[in-house]
Amino acid sequence: MVIDAVSFYLFALMVLGGGILTITRRNAVHSAISLIVSLLGVAGLYLLQGAEFLFAVQIVLYVGGIMLLFLFVIMLVNLDMAAKERQFNHQWLVALVAVALVGAQTGYFLIRGQGAFRIADAGGIAPPSALGNTEILADALFSKYLLPFELVSVLLLVAVVGSVVMAKKRI
Amino acid sequence: MHPITTVHYLALSAALLLIGTVGVLTRRNIVIILMSIELILNAVNINLIAFSHALRSVDGQIFAIFVITDAVAEAAVGLGILIALFRNKETVQADEVDLLKW
Amino acid sequence: MVTVNWLDQIWLIPLFPLAGAALMLGFGKWLDPQPVSDVAVAPDLALDPHPHGLNAHGRLKFLISLLCPGTVLLSFLLSVGAVWELSTVPQRMHQVIQFSWVAGLPFHTASGRIAMFQADWGFLLDPLSSVMILVVTGVGFLIHVYSVGYMAHDNGYYRFFGYLNLFVFFMLMLVLANNYALLFVGWEGVGLCSYLLIGFYFHKKSAADAGKKAFVMNRVGDAGFILGMLLMLQVLGTVRFTGVHAALAGFQSESGGFGVLSAMALLLFIGATGKSAQFPLYTWLPDAMEGPTPVSALIHAATMVTAGVYMVARSAALFHLTPDTSTIVAVVGAFTAIFAASIALVQNDIKRVLAYSTVSQLGYMFLALGVGAYWVAVFHLFTHAFFKALLFLCSGSVIHAMGGEQDMRRMGALKNKIPITHWTMWVGSVAIAGIPGLAGFFSKDEILWQSYQRSGILWIVGFVTAGLTAFYMWRLMNLTFYGQSRVAPEKEAHIQESPAVMTIPLSILALGSILAGWLGTPKLWNLGESFRAFETWLEPAFPKVEAAKHAASTEWLLMALSVAVAFAGIGVARYFYTIRTEIPDRLGAAFQPLYTTLYRKWYVDEIYDFLFVNGLGKGGGRVCGAFDRNIVDGGVNGAGWLTRFTSTLSIWWDTWIIDGAVRFGSFFVKMLSFPVCLLQTGRVQAYAFFVVIGILAFFGYYVTR
Repeated sequence: MVIDAVSFYLFALMVLGGGILTITRRNAVHSAISLIVSLLGVAGLYLLQGAEFLFAVQIVLYVGGIMLLFLFVIMLVNLDMAAKERQFNHQWLVALVAVALVGAQTGYFLIRGQGAFRIADAGGIAPPSALGNTEILADALFSKYLLPFELVSVLLLVAVVGSVVMAKKRI
Repeated sequence: MHPITTVHYLALSAALLLIGTVGVLTRRNIVIILMSIELILNAVNINLIAFSHALRSVDGQIFAIFVITDAVAEAAVGLGILIALFRNKETVQADEVDLLKW
Repeated sequence: MVTVNWLDQIWLIPLFPLAGAALMLGFGKWLDPQPVSDVAVAPDLALDPHPHGLNAHGRLKFLISLLCPGTVLLSFLLSVGAVWELSTVPQRMHQVIQFSWVAGLPFHTASGRIAMFQADWGFLLDPLSSVMILVVTGVGFLIHVYSVGYMAHDNGYYRFFGYLNLFVFFMLMLVLANNYALLFVGWEGVGLCSYLLIGFYFHKKSAADAGKKAFVMNRVGDAGFILGMLLMLQVLGTVRFTGVHAALAGFQSESGGFGVLSAMALLLFIGATGKSAQFPLYTWLPDAMEGPTPVSALIHAATMVTAGVYMVARSAALFHLTPDTSTIVAVVGAFTAIFAASIALVQNDIKRVLAYSTVSQLGYMFLALGVGAYWVAVFHLFTHAFFKALLFLCSGSVIHAMGGEQDMRRMGALKNKIPITHWTMWVGSVAIAGIPGLAGFFSKDEILWQSYQRSGILWIVGFVTAGLTAFYMWRLMNLTFYGQSRVAPEKEAHIQESPAVMTIPLSILALGSILAGWLGTPKLWNLGESFRAFETWLEPAFPKVEAAKHAASTEWLLMALSVAVAFAGIGVARYFYTIRTEIPDRLGAAFQPLYTTLYRKWYVDEIYDFLFVNGLGKGGGRVCGAFDRNIVDGGVNGAGWLTRFTSTLSIWWDTWIIDGAVRFGSFFVKMLSFPVCLLQTGRVQAYAFFVVIGILAFFGYYVTR
């Protein structure tokens, strides 16, 4: 339990710290590294929650794939000029206030609605299962969620074509 | 020490979402904005996994996979747009582009 | 025996000449190709012997010579058949209506009735039209035959016969029509053919001018005719002869005053004065002598100019109800008769003398119509057709023999050189002079007797005219055939008698001039019914006129007087122009002003020139010019100014009101949208901010709940 709690707070710290650093760094590369930290924290949280497959996916896809993409773009696009300019736009103060208000409201909801989540606390431990997490996921994904799965694959295809069209100089 | 409950995860998720939102609303660099969007999506994922765990259902994880896929697609297209924009406007600052009107 | 219902075939009578005309005018050029050009040449040139003789052209020309008189002969035979059959029909009337060419247009008549303006393509054969078709086709045929010889060497042979056939067609339409509208079609058609044939030698300016003059003067009369016809339609509601007769039965005689019927009759009479060359619209007829002589004989003596007489006779029922107009007709006729005869006294052109003689004789006919002796007018028309056609054809023969010479002062002593022409013309002259036993005597004497019954003054005018007629005709005869020859020596040798194709028609017409009159001998002579056939034949066609009572001795006396004046005229003429040829010159010198006045035809042409051509024409030209410059141009300029003014107004309105409204609308919308526009920055993050605000509001709703 203690390890769980410690792990949670550690990962939470990684997540929030990485997130805050991501949105505050002047240098985009620093932001990207901070984002990696944050995403790794999220991956750790997945592991805590018993979602081993997603843990793997998070690491491989985000840290390995998306971050590579980001860094590649950062290298491709000259960000030196951007780094020397203002980092925040004119509406930063009002935006911050508004988001803070939304955060306050969300906190209010969480405190008031604490009781609604009692069910979740009934079994703090993952249920014993003969099958591993990956098998269960695969079973659901390729039977119950087959159609959404295929649609998502089409979405990916569209995204591939779209990004090629966008990025290419001449079609 | 209190045991870690779903509410903790939800609070963490909300915090991450707000951080991402602040990034989207205040940063000028579009690359950072895209990163902030990733943060927001991850906050959603934390939410989904937390409920999946609490309800002992694998559906949340499935949705998380879909969200990750979506995030990949969004990142790919968004970065493509960024490259196109930089090529045409010579800028990556979001408030220097005001085409989205009329 | 094949029985043909001739009466139902009368619609065919005009169609034969029409077919001939269509053939000639459509294909005649191919039948009679002109070696050089299609321009007809003057008679003096044309009378040269044909250089090519009878070649291929000649044979085709021979075809024309057979075809065109043939169509008229066919019509004549049909007419004879129809008239013969008509004499067996008790009511002496037959109508063939084929279709209506003016479909019914409803209108209100003067009496408030609704009538249909409708005109048939219909034919009416009654005693009156039967006389006319026999004259038109019979005399027309003889003149066609004569023309074969007379026009033999003219260019435009086919054109001449085409026009001549077309004329016969229209003339037959005119006399066979069963309503005034169709009659008017024929009326205008013969006017057209008259124009075409007067201007046959169209390269001669005088001929072209004469054609125009005839056409224009006829238009003056035709205007009267049209107005009369429209008035008739308005008052009586129909133009069909039978309908008009029926409608007139409901009217009283307008002996009390000049009413609407009198106006109608007067308008119709104005039409007749144009066509029949009565005063004051007669001046075109002498000028019409510019046409070829057969045309003068057929159109301007025998048939077309009598169309007015026919039309008035056809309207006898109307004129019978309108004594005022009838008086006008009689006075105009009598005046024209003596007036034209006085001019004929001194003319030197052989054809002009005959032309004025025609005008004078037509005046006789109108005199007869005016005094209510309708059948006598038609009788004189009938006899006149023979002897005047004969006289014209004889004069043509003389001109032919003289090589185109028309001036009687360069003739004389032709009696033995052209004997057949001389004897036939002698018959014609005796006939017109009114010597008993020949045609002219019977009809003219009847006219004089009838006019005496109405008024002594009219009789005196007619009587004097008879004397003048005898005088000028025998002046013509003496100058042409007797006395000393005044022919130019180089022409003397070429004088020869015309060919048989010309002299045979002359002989037939001469026979007619002798015999035609015996159909209407005076009642006084008591020769039996068959010698009074003309009157009894025409009796159903005209209203009854009660004869005034005069002693038989009066009639004998008047007859003797008119015969005496005829002989006197002949004798004086012979004395003046053969025995003592210096007397006319002395008389002319003694009465210089009178002679000149007569010679210049009472200056009527000059007066018309002054009044109408110069006065109305040039003065009218000035007035029209001023009108054009001031009113018409002013109107145009004014319209232009008005257009510009309105367009200026329109521009102002457009700029300030229309555009102003549009601009105000857009301005208003702009003002309204201005605050909203401020929100639309075009920046993505601003929009995202609004989304957050929306979430804030959304959450706020649940927080405050």
